[in-house]
Amino acid sequence: MPVTHADACLVWPIVAPLATALAAFVLGGRWSTRLGVAVVPIVVAATAVVTWRVWHHGPQTYSLGNWPAPLGIELHADGLSCAMLLMSACIGAVVSVYSVGYFEGSTTASRGQPQKDTGAQFWPLWLMLWSALHALFLSADIFNLYVTLELLTLAAIGLVVLTGTRAAVEAALRYLLAALAGSLLYLAGVALMYGAHGTLDIASLGRSVTADASLQAALLLMMVGLMLKTALFPLHFWLPPAHGSAPAPVSALLSGLVVKGSFYILLRLWFDVFPQEFTRPLTLLPAVLGAAAILWGSMQALVADRLKMLVAYSTVAQLGYLFLVFGLARPGSDTGFAAWSAVVLFALSHACAKGALFLAAGTILHVAGHDRIRDLPAVSRRLPTTFFAIGVASVGLMGLPPTAAFVAKWTLLRVALGGGHIGLAVVIVLGGLLAAAYLFRVLAAAFTQPGVVDTNVSYRKVPRWMEYSTLGLALVSLLLGLASYPVIELLRIGSPWSPPIVQEAAP
Amino acid sequence: MTPTLNYALTGVVLFSVGLSGLFFCAHLLRKILSVNMAGSGVFLVFVALARRQPDVPPDPVPQALVLTGIVVAVSATAVALALFRRLTHEPAEEPHG
Repeated sequence: MPVTHADACLVWPIVAPLATALAAFVLGGRWSTRLGVAVVPIVVAATAVVTWRVWHHGPQTYSLGNWPAPLGIELHADGLSCAMLLMSACIGAVVSVYSVGYFEGSTTASRGQPQKDTGAQFWPLWLMLWSALHALFLSADIFNLYVTLELLTLAAIGLVVLTGTRAAVEAALRYLLAALAGSLLYLAGVALMYGAHGTLDIASLGRSVTADASLQAALLLMMVGLMLKTALFPLHFWLPPAHGSAPAPVSALLSGLVVKGSFYILLRLWFDVFPQEFTRPLTLLPAVLGAAAILWGSMQALVADRLKMLVAYSTVAQLGYLFLVFGLARPGSDTGFAAWSAVVLFALSHACAKGALFLAAGTILHVAGHDRIRDLPAVSRRLPTTFFAIGVASVGLMGLPPTAAFVAKWTLLRVALGGGHIGLAVVIVLGGLLAAAYLFRVLAAAFTQPGVVDTNVSYRKVPRWMEYSTLGLALVSLLLGLASYPVIELLRIGSPWSPPIVQEAAP
Repeated sequence: MTPTLNYALTGVVLFSVGLSGLFFCAHLLRKILSVNMAGSGVFLVFVALARRQPDVPPDPVPQALVLTGIVVAVSATAVALALFRRLTHEPAEEPHG
């Protein structure tokens, strides 16, 4: 395929944050914040351009340095990649704005808040993470997916330990070991697949794989590794401490974006590479574990006494919904596409709502110095915008209409009932009720109990844009429901359910 | 048994021993070493699979991949050791973030 100048747009979502990360690391100090903020519009524009091209011209492929697939590195963007890129751009932009305020106060911090130059350390790591995530969503081969997955993990580990507390370092080490085990299992699968088929390219693997024992082993290894990295119950043990002890913007990034990286790889391999007769006997395993995750995570969220831990366990529960796709989406059927696109939509909606909740929890921690749920009434009077954002994000997370989570759950429920999966349908409904129950614990504490304003406790001032960016993200999660139709049409481009690609002229 | 199969099976054994060490050893340093061992096992399998027929020269791609993998493994081990050192050498109580 001849490389055109326009296809080169695929590199910008990767190169822009990477180059800025290096510059921010070298220059340090105030420059890192300035550079970090300056690159946000560039990254957002780059992802918009990629999406625009995919929307009008179909899936895009670009060979780096004009080296073709077997030796060179190829980037590939289709509807799914674009949806993930847009999610990353949106959350990344909001978290960047929030972080300016969050880390600005860190120079004069006290009471266990971030120490002196945390902000200068945050920006290079976060921009690396952003770059790695975009590289992951655009990778066209399974080995590059491994490399990007590791880059993502290493950057995430650096971010988790930013606070420097002992709890954070312990959580980070546990997270790192779990993540390394997951990546090695995945890499072992890559080795087996390359040994059997002599290619790493996802598209050519999808055409050439034949059902044999080595492929079976590869599928199992990759599946377990990626489930560990996505924190699917019962492999979720590392997630709550890591997400709960990281600084707030980092928790939002980890819960909203990073876990979606490994899920994206599993989604792609499952439907694009492995033949259907191969995955069918295994469909029940991830779906049943997903259902167990929904119940277990929600239960833990119901009894958590700190807001950040509640939100972290809620992530364990909501990740369970994503894994229902493997039980519900049948390749080649119409309901298959419905379930598949619903789960991706759910992932996008969860990213926004969960990001907003973590940011709000961070603001509360920043202002009050604690995030105990029973002491929230005293704080809620001081942070009306943040608590309004919690309310809006909760609506998005519970999946009430008209949010995207509602559209997604409704579709999943319809497919589950249509396919006779009564058990999964019950769990989908029950999960929504449980989400409502644990979120109402927070809302009830915030809005219904008379707040006793303790004059002995000093509250820190909070920069305005921290509150407004949180509210903005919460509103995106609410409004995404109204935009579900174009998102689903975007996902159709280049999906396993779309007809073979026909190059059509732009309108 | 061909040498290729020998190497591949050794790799599988190393990988399994490493993984079980990661899950069953209590000491953090042993866990970090176990991850490294499991990694070496995967690399060995990769390199062994490069020589599919005994008469033709081995495929260079897996070797390039393993080199990349080693770089990744070294970086990850460095981070793990830095965290480990932080835990064992600085037991001072710090406020909760």
